[in-house]
Amino acid sequence: MEPEIRTLVDISETQAARRSHADLMLERARWAASIFQRFDRDRTRRIVEAVAQVAHDHAAHYAAWAVEETGFGVVEHKTLKNELTSVAFAAHYADDDFVSPVVDEARKMVRIPRPAGVVLALTPSTNPIATVNFKILMALMTRNAIVLSPHPGARACCVDAVHTLARAAVEAGAPDGCIQVIEQPTIPLIEEFMASPKTSVILATGGTAMVRSAYSSSNPAIGVGPGNAPVYVDPSADIPMAAKCIVDSKSFDNSVLCTSDSVVVTLPEADERLRQSLRQAGAYICDEEEVERLRRFLFHERGFNVAAIGRDATWIAQECGIRVPPKTRVLVAPFALVGVEERMSREKLCPVLGYHVAKNRNQALSEARAILRLTGAGHSAAVHAGDPQVVMDYARMVESYRIVVNAPCSQGAAGLQTHLAPAFTIGTGYFGRSSIGENIGPQHLVHWSRVAYNSDQAVHFPDFAAVDVGFEGPLPPAPAGGLPHGGRSSTPTRAGQTGHRQHGGAASGGLDDSAREELRRLIAEEIRNTLKGGR
Amino acid sequence: MSEAKQAFIERSKSFWNPGKTQDWQDMGVDLVIDRREGYYLYDMDGRRLIDLHLNGGTYNLGHRNPELVEVLKGATARFDMGNHHFPALARTALAEALAACAPSPTMRYTAYGSGGGEAVDIALKTARYATKKRKIVSVIKAYHGHTGLAVKTGDERFSKTFLSEDREGEFVQVPFNDLNAMEDALKGRDVAAVIMETIPATYGFPMPAEGYLPAVKKLCERYDALYIADEVQTGLMRTGEMWGCMRYGIEPDIMVTAKGIGGGLYPLGCTLISEHCAGWLHDDGFGHISTGGGAELGCVVAMKVLEMVQRPEVRHTVNLIADFMRAGLEDIMAEYPDFFLGIRQHGLVMGLEFNHEQGAKPVMKHLYRNGVWAIFSTLDPRVLQFKPGLLLNQADCEEVLRRVEIGIGLARDELMGAGSRRMM
Repeated sequence: MEPEIRTLVDISETQAARRSHADLMLERARWAASIFQRFDRDRTRRIVEAVAQVAHDHAAHYAAWAVEETGFGVVEHKTLKNELTSVAFAAHYADDDFVSPVVDEARKMVRIPRPAGVVLALTPSTNPIATVNFKILMALMTRNAIVLSPHPGARACCVDAVHTLARAAVEAGAPDGCIQVIEQPTIPLIEEFMASPKTSVILATGGTAMVRSAYSSSNPAIGVGPGNAPVYVDPSADIPMAAKCIVDSKSFDNSVLCTSDSVVVTLPEADERLRQSLRQAGAYICDEEEVERLRRFLFHERGFNVAAIGRDATWIAQECGIRVPPKTRVLVAPFALVGVEERMSREKLCPVLGYHVAKNRNQALSEARAILRLTGAGHSAAVHAGDPQVVMDYARMVESYRIVVNAPCSQGAAGLQTHLAPAFTIGTGYFGRSSIGENIGPQHLVHWSRVAYNSDQAVHFPDFAAVDVGFEGPLPPAPAGGLPHGGRSSTPTRAGQTGHRQHGGAASGGLDDSAREELRRLIAEEIRNTLKGGR
Repeated sequence: MSEAKQAFIERSKSFWNPGKTQDWQDMGVDLVIDRREGYYLYDMDGRRLIDLHLNGGTYNLGHRNPELVEVLKGATARFDMGNHHFPALARTALAEALAACAPSPTMRYTAYGSGGGEAVDIALKTARYATKKRKIVSVIKAYHGHTGLAVKTGDERFSKTFLSEDREGEFVQVPFNDLNAMEDALKGRDVAAVIMETIPATYGFPMPAEGYLPAVKKLCERYDALYIADEVQTGLMRTGEMWGCMRYGIEPDIMVTAKGIGGGLYPLGCTLISEHCAGWLHDDGFGHISTGGGAELGCVVAMKVLEMVQRPEVRHTVNLIADFMRAGLEDIMAEYPDFFLGIRQHGLVMGLEFNHEQGAKPVMKHLYRNGVWAIFSTLDPRVLQFKPGLLLNQADCEEVLRRVEIGIGLARDELMGAGSRRMM
């Protein structure tokens, strides 16, 4: 039927068609959100846990698919990221309540959580599934509906993953339509979604153009731009450990995380020891001529060579005709001058690491600051130092909202080996022309209505303990006249599967308390293992 | 009312329809629709109304739906009404599209009329040709249109006026939901077809009793009559399924769709015909001719309508609107239990029953004054037809319920007195 329609009169490329497409999906999301807001904390938690578990179960499957589809990264590392953004991520926020009202008797106030409504989430090709998991779980924790727009480069794996998680959510009792995906994203179509009054907030992770476009959409946006993390290695640092952190970080998922190290800055007195330690940790230090070959390969007239994104160090070396030991994980490219003249000072989404030796500490800090001035302001920076004064000086100097200390920058800034909030969307704040400066978390998808009583002590503040807070749960299905039990029709989705509406809260993915405790224990263990860097 | 509107209403009486124009004024509904967009109508004095009448589903997808407008505009670059005698691109494409979503696998052909009445006439003629019998059975208070044959199947309210009621005993009417009466009408084996609105609209959407429609279909099979489903008001996803009869497991021999199929932009009536009763199309394809029927511009719009209503989002949203409206209306019913007696519902096909033989008329009037346009059921004015659009958004659904609560309260006070006790 459709092809006939297209051959006769095709309107698919018109604004009317795009706007209608956006309207339909977003309105469905708004309906889902309006029902989701009737759910209490337990019902919400069961959904989050069920979806997190399904995401965890599929971590390796989608990691392999993502690497296959995009050519970026390392399956093993992507699997880890997909796992960390599922069960572990849900566990991190398990004790936070974004659902129940909070009574503050001392200040005579009641705070009522008000979900954003419909979250429009743009996800990148570099961390496709991890970002999908992360954003879906944040939306579910806060009872928001979410519409995902995957990067076209990672479209197929993302669309499939979103369908899998959406099914899991509905099976666990979530409202139909609370998780949707734009299956054929194009720039004009996404612009319709971004500009729609039915979108409550845009969560944009990706390239600068897309993030700026989100901010220009007229809707509230939380956009996250590129990183370009400077890593200062002070002579007071434990140099071998610093070198190991840097190599672990830079090679992690072949450096596709935007929190990945870009340029190491150090001082002459640490230079030789650091080079030696980097080599021992699996890095290859290029000579001047090799650096020039890398430069020509990585940077084209129009920008970074996309063919190099997320590729292995040995593959890149081979492309450049650089002979390196077979187990090389990172290519280190020393250069003399930081600035616009040196393209190696910019973000490199591959395991090539800039390396610069400053004359003294003041100069080093100033160089680090200059690196973020080029690109990546507000994003990430790291320092390896024993002296806290150095850490403080560095942190005050660089325009970054997270300074990872004595840990791998990639993982640390994303909250994987630090106590920062685990996140695959890093707020670049005002430095980075963004609205939020911390790691994005579920708290950013909910605002609170504050019920404030007269502060005069003569005015009574009542007891809210027994007050009904309106957690009515799903809407009862309307009867259908003339059918047994007022039956409902089946509801095929775009993927063609049928899913009957679930009633009540008895989620199939629900866990009893002991199982939940066991799960927590396993997650904690997994995180400890990750911290040790071993898997 | 503005002077301009007053003057216009006089012109309407002078040149269009004096009786009908005056009747509306007498019922307290001085509506002259000017601008229209989505589910909003704007009176020529600028007042906004949320449309829950939709002309029986004509505006299922909203007024001037932008995609439909776009496709109609695009179609004018290539098509016009077309020539009704020749094989035609758009007419055939729509017939294929209809066959692909028809309620029965044997349904193949589509014959076109310029509206629902003509399509019903085609259905009846098709059945008579196929069975070589004349009798048509319909339901008392049924409504299938105003054309020559269709009007005879309906209430005499519309046929007798024009001396057009059946006098040959060829059009038999039986009470709805009465299987014995149906069997009595059929067992002489002289009936060509039973024509059924899946849920009779103009009668106020009484719901078929459980098992009634399938049993009627069985009786048709037993007594060699064809089953014609009139899906004009219950088709196109209004029940949460493409065609209402599918919800009841019916595979009709012939089906009629109109109103909504033209997207509110181009009038169209379609008669879907199964192979086993398509005789005339083989033997004498010139048997029914309609210059306006199946105009190709309308066919292009209709294909888009079919594509749009089958989008999964639409199906989901229909169910949500149905649930949401039900929950809200039940609350209102609990507030006025002595007046608002019941809700008839199947998806977005809804009728609200009131405790007064003309109860829906003052409700209509007060809803109108409060910004909602919904119409009473002509053949049962106790019942208000309540027909939200397939794409009505969440905010507007809330707005409708808020206004309906006010309007029903005022209507109740008008009929039963504000002083009488309201049960809270």
